[in-house]
Amino acid sequence: MSEVGKPLGKDLVGLEGLSADQLRMILDTAEPFKEISERRIKKVPVLRGKTIVNLFFEASTRTRISFEFAEKRLSADTVNISSTGSSVAKGETLVDTARNLEAMRIDMVVIRHGASGAARFLAERIPSNVINAGDGWHEHPTQGLLDLLTIRDRMGRIEGLRVCIVGDIKHSRVARSNIYGLRALGAEVAVCGPRTLLPPAPEELGCRVFSRVEEAIEWADVLNVLRLQLERMQAGYVPSLREYNRIWGVSTARLEAAPRDILVLHPGPMNRGVEIDSDVADGPHSVILNQVTNGVAVRMAVLYLLAGGQPERAEAAKEGGEA
Amino acid sequence: MSESDVRRAVARMAREIVERNGGTDGLVLMGIHRRGVQIADMVRREIREAEGVEVPTGSIDITLYRDDLEVIGPRPIVGGSNLPAAGIDGKVVVLVDDVAYTGRTTKAALNEVGDWGRPRRIVLCVLIDRGGRELPIQPDITGREVQVPEGQHVEVLVPEHDGRLGVDLVEKGAESS
Repeated sequence: MSEVGKPLGKDLVGLEGLSADQLRMILDTAEPFKEISERRIKKVPVLRGKTIVNLFFEASTRTRISFEFAEKRLSADTVNISSTGSSVAKGETLVDTARNLEAMRIDMVVIRHGASGAARFLAERIPSNVINAGDGWHEHPTQGLLDLLTIRDRMGRIEGLRVCIVGDIKHSRVARSNIYGLRALGAEVAVCGPRTLLPPAPEELGCRVFSRVEEAIEWADVLNVLRLQLERMQAGYVPSLREYNRIWGVSTARLEAAPRDILVLHPGPMNRGVEIDSDVADGPHSVILNQVTNGVAVRMAVLYLLAGGQPERAEAAKEGGEA
Repeated sequence: MSESDVRRAVARMAREIVERNGGTDGLVLMGIHRRGVQIADMVRREIREAEGVEVPTGSIDITLYRDDLEVIGPRPIVGGSNLPAAGIDGKVVVLVDDVAYTGRTTKAALNEVGDWGRPRRIVLCVLIDRGGRELPIQPDITGREVQVPEGQHVEVLVPEHDGRLGVDLVEKGAESS
């Protein structure tokens, strides 16, 4: 997937296919970037002069703002485009939109799109770096990375941990990126949710399956609780929100029955009282706000690593760049 | 340079820093990653022995302030930056590095310090000045000036990274950093 000598290649479309070394490099690079957001002047000049377009065809608050902070703290120039109020609403195709942006000389595109595969489709057609900010049911790699970073921060490692993803796995790009990333770094991964919301063959992704959330909690070190998208209920996948909460909801009572201290993640936005109870979300098990903080650092790391130029010229530059 | 040569040079640099400043009031040492950090730490210990004062010491990693990311590609950010708790506003900041060469590292460090705060004065202190400047930046305090023959390279060795203290001239291409 990555070209030889380039740490990540041109694009970040997904975590599938990334090696453990590549994932660790991104997480290690994110560490020093955390500190920049704690400074009085939250800005370093490393991407000065780069132009980044945030192309969001789906609604997003957290991811878009997080990317925008990451870009601005690295001194890039950013433009935000959303599908409403742009020529996309007039029927322009994705490639035409991107080609027009390229004609204005941009360097990177961050894309969120409702269709699985949209990020790869774009990456193969334009020379700019493309970062997937979520495409349909496929992947949301930077969310996966920030989850990995948050787990590593708290647990000190990822290898050997038992992580269970709870909720709507089938329609979740967050679940997929988590599964690829966690498995590459040596964690055991399980999924837990109503049969109707599990992928047809979770075993093929290397996951155990728990049909009861109590069993998952007994087994796991970490729970990643996914949002129940309300449209799923309307489509008949689950009978009612109350019933979902009663059977699948992560509550303090269930966590207290666990044999060990469990870390609880949630990618947001939360439906309090549906997939997660308020006292869990705000309680000692939760690292939900750490995830948000880490999201900026991880995105800075990805932008930084993708922005680097040709390593074949590195030797020549080092001669002149020494001290 | 042998280990004792380096120690003597560092001791003299420490004395010169204190002398120029008229004491240790307001001094802050900032080592530049990587090997400037260890040199700064040695300077700090020398000042503590001579003056009995612990000078606040921090470190900076200028990776994100380099002007050549395009050319060299992304490099690992080795240490991050570390500011002394009291900050640098109104202080006399002594930038400490192992080798002064093109001046580009120093320029990047000056830019970064400028983003951290507004020191009263910034002083540049290096163990080795090997000439070859590409920018109008000169050290204020130098351990030793070295003429480097064509095709050779100065390498400062510190125990933390290299297992011993010293300065070597090595053939180009053989250097480790």
